[in-house]
Amino acid sequence: MASNVTDFTQDFAILNQRVNDEPLTYLDNAATAQKPQQVIDALTHFYQHDNANVHRGVHTLAERATEQYEAARAKVQHFINAAEPAEVIFTKGATDGLNLVASTYGEAHVQAGDEIVISIMEHHSNLIPWQQLALKKHATLKYIGLTADGELDLADAAKKITDKTKIVALTHASNVLGTITPLKQVAKLAHQHGAIIVGDGAQAAPHIKVDVQDLDVDFYAFSGHKMMGPTGIGALYGKRSLLDATDPYQYGGEMIDFVNLYDSTWTELPWKFEAGTQNIAGAIGLGAAVDYLEAVGMDQVAAHEQRLVDYLLPKMLDLDYLEIYGPHDPAKHTGVIAFNIKGIHPHDVATALDMEGVAVRAGHHCAQPLMKELHQVATARASFYLYNTQADADRLLNAIQEAKEFFSHGSVEAK
Amino acid sequence: MGLSKLNSLYREVILDHSDHPHHKHALADSTSTITLKNPTCGDVINLDVKLDATDHIADIGFTGDGCTISQSSASMMTDAVMGKSKEEALHMAKTFSDMVMGKEHPQADLDQLEDAAILSSIMQFPARIKCATLSWWALQRALMREEDQVTKED
Repeated sequence: MASNVTDFTQDFAILNQRVNDEPLTYLDNAATAQKPQQVIDALTHFYQHDNANVHRGVHTLAERATEQYEAARAKVQHFINAAEPAEVIFTKGATDGLNLVASTYGEAHVQAGDEIVISIMEHHSNLIPWQQLALKKHATLKYIGLTADGELDLADAAKKITDKTKIVALTHASNVLGTITPLKQVAKLAHQHGAIIVGDGAQAAPHIKVDVQDLDVDFYAFSGHKMMGPTGIGALYGKRSLLDATDPYQYGGEMIDFVNLYDSTWTELPWKFEAGTQNIAGAIGLGAAVDYLEAVGMDQVAAHEQRLVDYLLPKMLDLDYLEIYGPHDPAKHTGVIAFNIKGIHPHDVATALDMEGVAVRAGHHCAQPLMKELHQVATARASFYLYNTQADADRLLNAIQEAKEFFSHGSVEAK
Repeated sequence: MGLSKLNSLYREVILDHSDHPHHKHALADSTSTITLKNPTCGDVINLDVKLDATDHIADIGFTGDGCTISQSSASMMTDAVMGKSKEEALHMAKTFSDMVMGKEHPQADLDQLEDAAILSSIMQFPARIKCATLSWWALQRALMREEDQVTKED
């Protein structure tokens, strides 16, 4: 089986270091993932050998750059099983893609009295664009709630989505609760009522096999940097029929057909939505990240993370001083585990863990409405990826235990 | 290294202030109130200040949620500035901000901070400096706001 984890760590030089004199245990993958040497090499190689602007030069470097940029698009297309490359638009990341949809399709189709339906577990990037659109258009924003164990409440979704609903926007995987949402079923509900569905794949695309045609989503946005690609690059999938009928997001070079003094026409998909010089090297780096993940196999990635959760979550649940958010059944939990040590602020916990070399996030995770729902100001969050090991899980458990002891006694003996 | 380095941050006096914060209550008769948030972690402080006729801090209180550092820092800040004039308090806030950024200050200035001076250890934990400074920023803003209002009335 490909998931011999020691093979992976060789590709990630950054992980082979000591932080605060302890081996680095990087468990902040939901914030951003580390990059394998193959991605770093792809960036370096492009800048050293092939750098030129795309789609507008007749010289050889321009041809090479264009060829690699479009090859990266094809890789992303296959990665999410889009019907054609033209349905993949390069963006700055998931936030950019979601704002694009709200500002173009949303702007054109949402009117006063219409409804936009999202869920209470959305990241701010899939919440504020819809909230602001609703405010501007005098539309109603509705939230799908959660079940008792932190999953999306499908029954509530069926109630909230009505014939007045124009857009349903839903995360595919929660960055706090560690749940995969029933995006396919919600897409069906949305379509039954004539609405479109927008999927936020920021936490899903890096970790599970995504098939946009099977999900039958109308738009799907994700970021490159959470799936081992560079920062500042991501992709937005859109069905051709919708993208064709939607006006451009920004205007400028690259996206025009003819420009006259008083009007212009737009070039075809996907370039209609890629005004100005794009993050060419970033796209090529994202292509390299897709190659890396495909070589392992997304099923293997998911299986590896599931094994880690199967091992770790029950052990965390056994610690009665820990509070764990999201489902307690490991089978329903992704490699994102939000927790608190009772009576200790997560910021203090994260500092203590950092002293043990364990990098976790502490805060509201850009999901303030969800935090309110959970009656928490903030939580700590450990999030795993394919290069993490059972030893990392053990180091986390050990560091949590030491942090608990430290704050219970107020100090520790110097080692 | 492990957690031994934490001893320098979470000193006993800091933990005492965090467990039993001083002046942690709202004032009914404040002359200035401010709410500040630390957007990176969601910590919130509400600070009430009451200045008397001679611009001295007659009373001060805070409420809110936060980590050990932000709670103890707020507690120590209220101890240190109680009874001080507005100018003295603003000078102390400046001293504190400079201290946690590692800037040199005369010993007399640091002494004036009382317990709060112990937070100079926060320098070793750059990610936590904001936790320590939140209440001092709130104090500065509350006192400056007071000034705005006076200006308006003039």
